[in-house]
Amino acid sequence: MASEGVWILAEQFEGRVLPVSFELLRRGRELADKRETTLSAMIFGDTIDDDGLAELVARGADRVVVTEAPELAHFRVQPYAACMSGVIADYEPEIVLGAATTTGRTLLPYVAVKVYAGLTADCTSLDIDPETGNLLQIRPAIGGNVLATIKTPDHRPQMATVRPHSTRPADLVEGRTGEIIRSAPPAESLVSHTEHLEFVPDESEHHLEDADAVVAVGRGIKKAENVSVGHDLADALNAALGASREVVDRGWLPYPTQIGLSGKTVTPKLYIGLGVSGTIQHLAGMQTAETIVAVNTDPDAQLFNVADIGIVGDLFEVAPALAAALRQAKEGSAT
Amino acid sequence: MRIVVPIKQVPGTDTVKMDDQTGTMVREGVEAIINPLDLYAIELAIELREAHGGEVIAISMGPKQAAEALREAVAMGCDSAVLLSDKAFAGADTWATSYVLQGAIRSLGDVDLVICGERATDGETGQVGPGIAAFLDWPVGTYVCAFEGFTGGRAHLRRMVEGGWQRVAVQTPAVLTVVKEISNPRLPTLRGKQRAKTMDLPTWGAADITVEADKLGLKGSPTRVVKIDRPKIARACQKLTVSDDQTLSAAVDAVVELLRQKELV
Repeated sequence: MASEGVWILAEQFEGRVLPVSFELLRRGRELADKRETTLSAMIFGDTIDDDGLAELVARGADRVVVTEAPELAHFRVQPYAACMSGVIADYEPEIVLGAATTTGRTLLPYVAVKVYAGLTADCTSLDIDPETGNLLQIRPAIGGNVLATIKTPDHRPQMATVRPHSTRPADLVEGRTGEIIRSAPPAESLVSHTEHLEFVPDESEHHLEDADAVVAVGRGIKKAENVSVGHDLADALNAALGASREVVDRGWLPYPTQIGLSGKTVTPKLYIGLGVSGTIQHLAGMQTAETIVAVNTDPDAQLFNVADIGIVGDLFEVAPALAAALRQAKEGSAT
Repeated sequence: MRIVVPIKQVPGTDTVKMDDQTGTMVREGVEAIINPLDLYAIELAIELREAHGGEVIAISMGPKQAAEALREAVAMGCDSAVLLSDKAFAGADTWATSYVLQGAIRSLGDVDLVICGERATDGETGQVGPGIAAFLDWPVGTYVCAFEGFTGGRAHLRRMVEGGWQRVAVQTPAVLTVVKEISNPRLPTLRGKQRAKTMDLPTWGAADITVEADKLGLKGSPTRVVKIDRPKIARACQKLTVSDDQTLSAAVDAVVELLRQKELV
């Protein structure tokens, strides 16, 4: 049988279907329509919420294959990989997309080895080659200085992980129909050498990924003590504070604040970059922000290319002045 | 405890220069270093050996020059190193790279842990660690930010995941991939450097490990890079230059006005 159909790996947490799955449906639907084929979703868990499964259909899946077992409640690579390899063997998909989450980036490479599939990490764009029908997987490479287009000529499935937040969730269509197939995995697929002990939630207030406004500091901040300049502007905007890789590599801010290909992808309404040069590696993590403001002394800083307003100037003058003006504007509107 | 740390030699700078004429990387004058994220893996491996005994073996697949990265790993405190170098390995994607590394790990005999950096700073895929685990049929703990203990052959790990941390216990043998939070890499010592300089550093080729020839290098790789582009990204950027108080306040006003228009303030 020739491989056919586009598939996505939907993710769940404690039985709830995660929104990142709906982003994959948008990507998958576009590819399936170009290939004139069906879009299916596979999902693994214990008891998965029926409304979530129905939502996968309403947002574009023609078919949802649900594999449920108590052993699949929490992500553990061995049983997940065995069950996913089973679905791939049963349905022979042409294309399988996963999210570039900690789960997707662990599970897909494991499965790709098992089924000898081609896998491209962290794609920011996907397309179909009009001549061959191959999946074109586009991702920043070499420190983000170039965009590489990668394909898998012979091996199937063609697999890719896709950056979360790099596209919007697929639209919900009321009344859209699709098939939901439940399968019980064989016992030998559920063996694991990993025990899930507990999930410890991060209670910190500003989650960078979900923030409406982000202030990011780059190497222009010069030293750890100066990060307060970014904090102050972030406070004035009620924004989360992010950083470029250079800042994190120097230990001025911790890794969870890192924005970019090797950190987090953010899609806020407002992004302000202070002393951020704008390597492609960084741009890959923020260029989908709705409004972008860049402050840099270097008039040729690449971040200006994606900015709505670019201020060529010293961030140590501009940021405090902007923070003060914003606080004043806020007070003005409050009275 | 026997621990293997697979490392990669990468260009020593984030700001890789590109040749605008040819669209290729300028490699001349660019120093090669150990992938910075591998240093955290090396450090954890050395700390575990210090706590539990055993040995740490660094391995790397790459050209002959990659021996330098391995000597640096030894200077930090790894006990020995093996270079995996062969024309047949060239052009490998993450599938074929994982394949050679697992072949070497099998040849090393009894191994309890394989510890990798989360990803290499050049390729940035993070796929090789899980790939090695899949070939070996071992569990893998990815994004490990804390090693909480080792009891009864089980490694207690804390993984950094979306929205928090997952605590797991993983039965060894296992593969771990670690993030920066895991350790503070030590500097090479003078004694370590001397030992690294004079030590015997074996090179293994395809004939020295148990691998199938058609799964090596470019030939064994499912993926192909078909095109490299310089990305074009542009918005109509309104550029304002700040040179004095007047231009500063004009720039600030312009930003506040834009945020008002977009209803962001």
